[in-house]
Amino acid sequence: MLGPGIPFYLGVASALFAIGLTGVLLRRNPLIMLLSVELMLNGTNLALIAFARQHASLTGQVFALAVIAIAASEVVVGLGLVVAMARKKIDLDIDVLSRLRR
Amino acid sequence: MSAGNLLVWVIWVATAIICVGSALAVVIFRNPLFSALALIGNLVSLAVFYLLLSAEFVAAAQVLVYAGAVMVMFLFVIAYVGWETDVAWSGGPSWQTLGGITAGAAILAELLVVIALKAGGQLSQVQDVGQAFGSPRSIGRVFVSNHLLAFEVISIVLLVAAVGGVVLGVQKRRAEQERST
Repeated sequence: MLGPGIPFYLGVASALFAIGLTGVLLRRNPLIMLLSVELMLNGTNLALIAFARQHASLTGQVFALAVIAIAASEVVVGLGLVVAMARKKIDLDIDVLSRLRR
Repeated sequence: MSAGNLLVWVIWVATAIICVGSALAVVIFRNPLFSALALIGNLVSLAVFYLLLSAEFVAAAQVLVYAGAVMVMFLFVIAYVGWETDVAWSGGPSWQTLGGITAGAAILAELLVVIALKAGGQLSQVQDVGQAFGSPRSIGRVFVSNHLLAFEVISIVLLVAAVGGVVLGVQKRRAEQERST
């Protein structure tokens, strides 16, 4: 395998996961929280594909495709909630929406 | 170090800088529109990583599904709800900010320590793969033979998510009509 080894890819993957986690914890805007969740999912995806390459097994890549599909459906529901909030003229602030039921 | 190896290293370092930099930009930018644009850059740099790991089909799916479909949907919603800047980091007290950064740094430190401990041993043994590894043909064969159940479950999840999106949209419209009459 040319170039850096598997641990380098795993390092970038954990950096992505940690940055996404920090974003979810810090930001109050639900749109940016969704984007941070995408970052976390992509970090895990990179780790899955790195392990798939290490073991020369396609299962990791199949799992990564499954994660992409799950992320797409998560975005559909999350953005649906954001649009519903905007229609009800609720501020796009998670602290305002501490309960889903109003 | 051979020329090919050096070239891959250069590409890898450039991609890693873009990847981590754009990820930080997603979290730091106040404007959701700029965050979404930074995430597109992040997704494309990840596709380069996937190509380096000989996952061609996943790289193509990443660009098509993520950078294409998902991010266009994100940009539409951001354009719909408006892109007012929110308060810096969080409106809450500063211990929240401190705790969030501490939690993120703790997770990162844990992961990096574990990877560094294992880097010399098992992780450095990489098996060779042939040309067909990661091609659509081989992925499709594995997907509909060994992982057929996962394939079907994913299709049901996507269907449920699509129905959920429609339900979230329609109910609000009915509520608006009731309010207006």
